[in-house]
Amino acid sequence: MSRPKPSQPDATVLTGAHYLDGDEACAEGAIAAGCRFFAGYPITPSTEIAERIASRFPLVGGTFIQMEDELASMAAILGGAWGGAKAMTVTSGPGFSLMMENIGLGIMTETPCVVVNVQRGGPSTGLPTLTGQQDMMQARWGSHGDYEVIALSPSSPQECFDLTITAFGLSERYRLPVLFMMDECVGHMTEKVVIPPAEDIPVIERRWYRGPKESYLPYQAGPDKVPDMVRAGDDYRIHITGLTHDERGYPVINAACQSVCVSRLVDKIRDNAGDIVITDEEAVDGADVVVVSYGISYRVATRAIALARAEGIKVGSVRLVTVWPFPEARIAELSRKVKALVMPEINLGQMYRELQRAAAGNCRTLLIPHCGGWVHDPNDVLAAIREGAK
Amino acid sequence: MSELLTTPAPGGPVVEEERHPHEPFLRMDRIPHIWCSTCGLGTVLNCYITAIQRSSVPRADHTIVSGIGCTGRAAGYVKIDSFHTTHGRALPFATGLKLANPRLKVTVFSGDGDLVAIGGNHLIHAARRNMDMTVICVNNFNYAMTGGQFGPTTPEGAKLTTAPYGSYEHPFNIPFLVDSCGATYVARWTSLHVREMIETLVEALNHRGFSFVEVISPCPTVYARRNRLGTGLDLLKYYHDSAEVRHGADTRDVDISFKGRIIVGRFVQRCKPTYLDTMDAALGRSVGKEFVCYEGPMQASDGRS
Repeated sequence: MSRPKPSQPDATVLTGAHYLDGDEACAEGAIAAGCRFFAGYPITPSTEIAERIASRFPLVGGTFIQMEDELASMAAILGGAWGGAKAMTVTSGPGFSLMMENIGLGIMTETPCVVVNVQRGGPSTGLPTLTGQQDMMQARWGSHGDYEVIALSPSSPQECFDLTITAFGLSERYRLPVLFMMDECVGHMTEKVVIPPAEDIPVIERRWYRGPKESYLPYQAGPDKVPDMVRAGDDYRIHITGLTHDERGYPVINAACQSVCVSRLVDKIRDNAGDIVITDEEAVDGADVVVVSYGISYRVATRAIALARAEGIKVGSVRLVTVWPFPEARIAELSRKVKALVMPEINLGQMYRELQRAAAGNCRTLLIPHCGGWVHDPNDVLAAIREGAK
Repeated sequence: MSELLTTPAPGGPVVEEERHPHEPFLRMDRIPHIWCSTCGLGTVLNCYITAIQRSSVPRADHTIVSGIGCTGRAAGYVKIDSFHTTHGRALPFATGLKLANPRLKVTVFSGDGDLVAIGGNHLIHAARRNMDMTVICVNNFNYAMTGGQFGPTTPEGAKLTTAPYGSYEHPFNIPFLVDSCGATYVARWTSLHVREMIETLVEALNHRGFSFVEVISPCPTVYARRNRLGTGLDLLKYYHDSAEVRHGADTRDVDISFKGRIIVGRFVQRCKPTYLDTMDAALGRSVGKEFVCYEGPMQASDGRS
C-alpha cells in the first residue's frame, strides 16, 4: 500500500484518485466512515483488508487487534461498539460460519457494526483463493432464530469504498451488524478509486440517547422502531443480554415478551425497507428481458447485455446493491412487465430463490448457475437472455 | 442480609428503614435471583460488590461481562454497565469493550465451563496478551445450568449426568493454566473465604494487567447431590477442613482431586506491560511522529469522551 505522505495534514481521508484493489478500498471506506476499532483473524481472500487496517490505523487513531479466531473477532467488535467505537471485522466463508453465533448476539442486542465477507468457493475450505457468491443465504439465515438483516454487495473497488461507508451508516441508523458481501474477484480487482474530500463523505453518527439519564430504557424504540443507544462507562447502568428482553433490557422468558422483542427486530428492517433497499437499474422500461445481478456477476452481465442489444434484444438490468432486504416489490412489479428475469450468480441458485418467489410465476425466471472458482462466461448469460426473449 | 424494619414509637425517634449496603449496586427489581439455596454464587457476587466499593476505580467505570451458565447470570444482577453475552465469548467481548474505551475497568464474571471449556481459547489468549481486565471464575466443577454434566474441571471420579460412572478425564488446574499463559495476578479462594476473597478481589481490580481469581463454589443441587457430598453447608465444612492457605504456591501444585485438599491463596502477582502498554509503546517507536494514539470512543450525548 502507499502510505500517506508525512506532509499530508490529515491522513484520515486520502482524498484523491488512487489505484486500489477492492480489499484496500474497503479498508479506506471503513476509515472514512469513522471506524476506529477492528478485530479480525487472517483468512484468504479478505486478509488484505486487515493488513491495510493494521497499517493505517496507527496513523488515524484506530485500534487494531488480531484475535485468536473469528468467534473472538465477532465478539470483540460487539464489545468495541458498546465501548463507543465504530467497529468492523472481515472474513471469508469458513470464518463467516464461525461468526454466526455472535452475529446473532449483535442482532439481538442491536449492536451497530460491519461484517465483511470476501466470498470464496465453498463448502468447507473449498476454494480459498478463488471466487464464489455462495454465502448469500448464509448471510440471510446463518444465525439461529428469526431476524432480518441488511447486506450489501459491491461490484467494483470504487463501490468497496463507497458502500463500506453506506454499510456503516445503515448499521448506525438501524442498529445491527450490516453484512458486506464482497467476493474474491471484486476484492482482488484493482481499479481507479476516487476518494472524495472528507466533507463530501456522508458519515452517519450513532443514535446517541439525549434524554434524561433516569428515564433511559435501552430498548425503548420510537416510531421507526430503532432505540437510541448509550455506551458503557457513562453511568447509565445498562444491562444488555442475548436473552429475550424487555425495554429495560432485562431477560423475560415468555412468549409475550418474545413476540414484542423479535417482532420489533424484524419490523425495524421490514418497515424501513423502502429507505434501506438500493438498486441500480438501467433500461428496464420496455425491456423484454431484465438481468438481475449483483457483485462481480453484474460486471459479467453488462458484457452479455451489450452483446444481446447488438442482436436487437430489448434487455435491461437491475443490480442489487443491497441484496438483503431483497427488493421484492420492485421485482414483482417488473415480473408483470417483462417476458423473463435472468439471474447469473456464482452458486447453484440462492438469490434466485428470492427472484422466483417475488416473480410469483408472472414471467419466466432463468438461473445461470456457476459452482464457483471463476466468473461466468458472458456467452452463458447471453444464451439465457436469448432464451428469455423468445 | 439485615432486614430490620422498625416502626417508630409514638413520639419516639424516627428510625429509617434499614437497607442492605449492597442495594445500590444490585438491580433490586430483578431480585430474587435464580440461584439455588446454599449455592455459592450469591456469596461471590457479594464479595465482588464489596470489592467494587473498595476499589480505587470510579463506579461508572466498572463494567461486568458474563457468558452463559449459572455464573453467567451474575451480570444481570449488578447495577453497573453489564453485558450477558454468548457461551464462552465473554472474554473477547470484554477485550473489545476495553480496547474501545480503555478507561473502563472490565470484569469478566463467569463459570468454569464457560471460561475454560468453550471459552478456553479466549482465556489463554487474554492471559497471554496480559489484557488489562479482571476475571472471576466461579468453579463448581460441573455444568449446573443444564442439569449437572461433567466439564473440564470435574475431578476424576466425580459422577455427573454425562459421566454416570464417574469422570475419567484429567481436569484442568486453572491457576496453572492461566499462570503459564502469562496472567500477572492469579489467586484462588473458596466461597467460605469471604474476607480473603474480598481482599483478593480488591487487589485484582486494582491490578494493572490480566488478573484471575478462581473461586471454588458449592453446587448443592446437582454436583453435591449426585456425588452424595451433602448440602451446601456440608461443602463449606469440607472447604473449611480441606482448604490450605499457601500464598505464592507454585501453581503446578494446586490441582484439585475429588474430595481432596484445596490449596488457596494468592499464587501470582507480577508486573508486566499490558496489551495497551506494549501496543502504544511499539507503535510509538515504529511509526514515529506520525503515530496517532487511539482517539477513544466517540463523543456521546453528555459530552464525555
